[in-house]
Formats: sequence, structure tokens, C-alpha cells
Amino acid sequence: MECVFGLVGDGFALVAADTSAVHSILVHKSNEDKVMILDSHKLLGASGEAGDRVQFTEYIQKNVHLYEFRNGIPLTTAATANFTRGELALALRKNPYFVNILLAGYDKNIGPSLYYIDYIATLHKVDKGAFGYGSYFTLSMMDRHYKSGMSLEEAIDLVDKCIIEIRSRLVVAPPNFVIKIVDKDGAREYAWRESIKDAGVSAA
Amino acid sequence: MLCRSDPITLRLVFDAFLGVQVALGFSFCYYIFLPDLPSLPRRPSALPSRSVAGRRNEPILAQSRMSRRYDSRTTIFSPEGRLYQVEYAMEAIGNAGAAIGILARDGVILVGEKKVTSKLLQTSRSTEKMYKIDDHLACAVAGIMSDANILINTARVQAQRYTFAYQEPMPVEQLVQSLCDTKQGYTQFGGLRPFGVSFLFAGWDKNYGFQLYMSDPSGNYSGWKAAAIGANNQAAQSMLKQDYKDDFTREEAVQLALKVLSKTMDSTSLTSEKLELAEIFVEPSGDVKYQVCKPELLEKLLVKHGVTQAATEST
Repeated sequence: MECVFGLVGDGFALVAADTSAVHSILVHKSNEDKVMILDSHKLLGASGEAGDRVQFTEYIQKNVHLYEFRNGIPLTTAATANFTRGELALALRKNPYFVNILLAGYDKNIGPSLYYIDYIATLHKVDKGAFGYGSYFTLSMMDRHYKSGMSLEEAIDLVDKCIIEIRSRLVVAPPNFVIKIVDKDGAREYAWRESIKDAGVSAA
Repeated sequence: MLCRSDPITLRLVFDAFLGVQVALGFSFCYYIFLPDLPSLPRRPSALPSRSVAGRRNEPILAQSRMSRRYDSRTTIFSPEGRLYQVEYAMEAIGNAGAAIGILARDGVILVGEKKVTSKLLQTSRSTEKMYKIDDHLACAVAGIMSDANILINTARVQAQRYTFAYQEPMPVEQLVQSLCDTKQGYTQFGGLRPFGVSFLFAGWDKNYGFQLYMSDPSGNYSGWKAAAIGANNQAAQSMLKQDYKDDFTREEAVQLALKVLSKTMDSTSLTSEKLELAEIFVEPSGDVKYQVCKPELLEKLLVKHGVTQAATEST
């Protein structure tokens, strides 16, 4: 069951997500990366219908890149969030994408920010947010332990608490998680939390 | 036919375009054997001039014949590699009222010369050369006003579309570029004349601060510290080059603009009826402000900077 969550700390924002690709009761793989590095200073964590998720996040990513190539300046995180919301709102009454998005970014002169965008084109600027079944546990966990201006260590500690909670309380909890962060130095993968490894494929 | 295999939607345009070409081809044959037609437009002296021999029904020089042929074509290069209609459009702007833009440390200023064609004429709005495009962006116009109105409307739509998509003001250069793309289209696609308008864009954005751009009918644009368009723009430009300083305040910029305009304008004395002044600057609150100078204030400025002899002498 899907879990995507993120929070804003002191000078950085992070997004964590489970890495299970499931269909019905079947797990296809447990190392599917659901947090896209959108551009040098943006992360896009997405949950929802697997096909829509990949299609829509790539569509956004390519548009953000196109903007930067055309204009020589990157979109701000706020502009990207509004653009994404606009695309979802446009699709909503025609052919909606079933994708929920957490957009984290770092802008010069503005600092880190996190945006909550769901498939019915809601947009909120938040300090902490979550999607999927995991959100029932991670939201309350973050309500209890989040405070503004957390250091990276404190934030990772909170993420680990959330993961433990998911693993212990959620039925069919996903085994593996990925954590990515974005700060003034850019967006990057921070760590994986794996409890099982994908079985290697034997040579054909 | 070429257009049949062309997959693009411009097919219809091309069809019409080829039709015109064929028609003109015939009239052109006609023309060679006829004496000079007085109705044809005069080319500027820089272009190859028609030989006297031609008037006497003698064979016309190949080159002059070619330039005449491509005169009427907006979208075809002449053998010398020029687009005459575009050059003529620029020529048309040279007769329009001048406008000057100067970039200052704390803002951008635009000054325009209103041509008073008749004293019976009632001006319906306060500015006829300056247009606000968005909260952070304005332009001054020189050229055919009816053409300009179309482009200004497009610019306003573009700016609002951008804010709708991104909830942020449109970067100045992007707006200038989008407008110049429209202008460029009319130098390439058949059957239509180019826009006879030059613009000075003044604006502010968070990436590059205050900016001043100039655009012409060909669809070229460039950023400037000080620029002039319209009548006597070359003289104005060289005066600006001489007197511009990088650390100008807005007030100093206004002073320079008024001085340049007073020397390059045809009329002897500057009055507030013949002038327009607009400024873009950032307020202490952080908001960008576009402000048009009131005629009374402008009159005071003219007196202060000593560019109206008439006013100072009478008082």
C-alpha cells in the first residue's frame, strides 16, 4: 500500500516514498523509484495509478526542462507547483490523471518549500504532507514530532520513525523506502531503507 | 505540386500565396515592356536606383529590375538578400513620433513625443504612446497605431496567460520574445504585410531587475541601457550614447531624455501637450509600479530642466 510523505526542514526539504510496484495482491518489484528528480533543485514524489504516475511526472519534468531551455532561467518551485496544478485541473474534466504529488524544491532567496497537489488539482503549500495508506500513520507521527526548523539528522530520525510505524501498523506494508532531499546544493538521493532485496534474475 | 506534399496546416496560406505569385509574374512581364509606372513606391536611396535608360524604354538593368520585383513581396528575399517590405516598414517608423527609453539605477523611464496633428483633435486618453502591459511591464510605441493596438493586445493576453499558468509575473524578456515571434511571422508567411511598429519595453522582473528592450518590424529585439525609436532616432541615439551614465537616477534619466528630445524634435519648443513621460520603479513595499507623469508635473519638469524656452521666458 502506497506511502509518500515529505517535510521541510532547516534549509532543506525531503521526500520519502515506498518503492513497491504492486498490482492487486501481487508485488511486481520492490525497488521502483517513485521520487523523481525534476530538475537540479526540485523533487517530485508521486503516488497513484502506476501508468498515470510515470506519464504525468515525465510530462511535467519535460515541460520544466523545456521552460529552462527556452528561457535560460529555471522555474521557481511555486511556479512549477502552479503549472502542475493547472495541468491536473485541465485534465480533471476530460481525462483525469490519477496522481497525487508532493513537490519539494529549493529556490535562491526563498529557501526550501513543499507543495501538496492531489489528483483533483488541490494545491497547498505545506510544511509536511503525505499521500496513500501510509499517510494515516505518517501524518499523525509528523503531527506529534515535527517542529519547524528541524536539522537533517532530526528530520531523518522522524522519517525513520514514520517508516517503523508503517511497517508495524499497516497491513501489507511495503518493505522498502527511498529518501531524497533537496537543499542549496541541489536535489539528490539521500538513503534507502530496505528490509528485503529483490531476488536477482537468473541468466536466461 | 509542392503544397500538396506539404503536410503542414499552412497549406491554404501557401496555396493563396502561390496564386498571388503567378498573378504577379504576369503583371511583371507586362511591366518590363511598359514605361515607368508613377504609382510604384519610391525606394530609399540606399537601394539600387532605376537607371535613366529604363525610362527611355531601353533594356532595364537586371539588378534594378530584380529589386522592383521583390519590392512588393513581403516574404521573398531579393537577390541581394534583403526583404524590402520589412525595410520599408522600418522606414515608416522613422516618420512617427519619437520615443526614448532610459535605464536608471532605480527604474526605467519612457518619454514619447505626441504628434499634434490638429488642434481640434480631442485626445481621449491620457497616454497615446505608452501602454501598460502588466503590473511590472509597459511599452512605448512608434509607428502605425492600429498595428500597435493588435500587438499590445496580444502582449497583454500573453502576460495574463503566463500568470494564469504559473501564478507569477511574466519575465520581461519572455514577453518581448513572444511578441517578436508574432512580428517575425509576418516576414515569413505569405501574403501579409509586416507590422509597422517599433516598441520600447520597460519592465522589472525578479531575475534580471530593471530592463529595457527595443523591437523592430523584422522581429528582432535587443536589450539597451538607453534607446530611441521613431523620428530622428539616430541623432537621439548618438546623443544618448554620449551622455548616458551607468549610475543614473530616474530623475537624471528624465532630464537626459527631455534634453535629447528637445534637440531632436522638429518643433521648436517642448510643451507638456506634446510629451508623455512614464516611469517603472519598485516601491518601498516591494511592488512594481508603473506611473504616468501628470501634464502639470511634466510642465514643471520642463521648466526645471530648462528645456522650454517659451515657458521660462513668459514667466
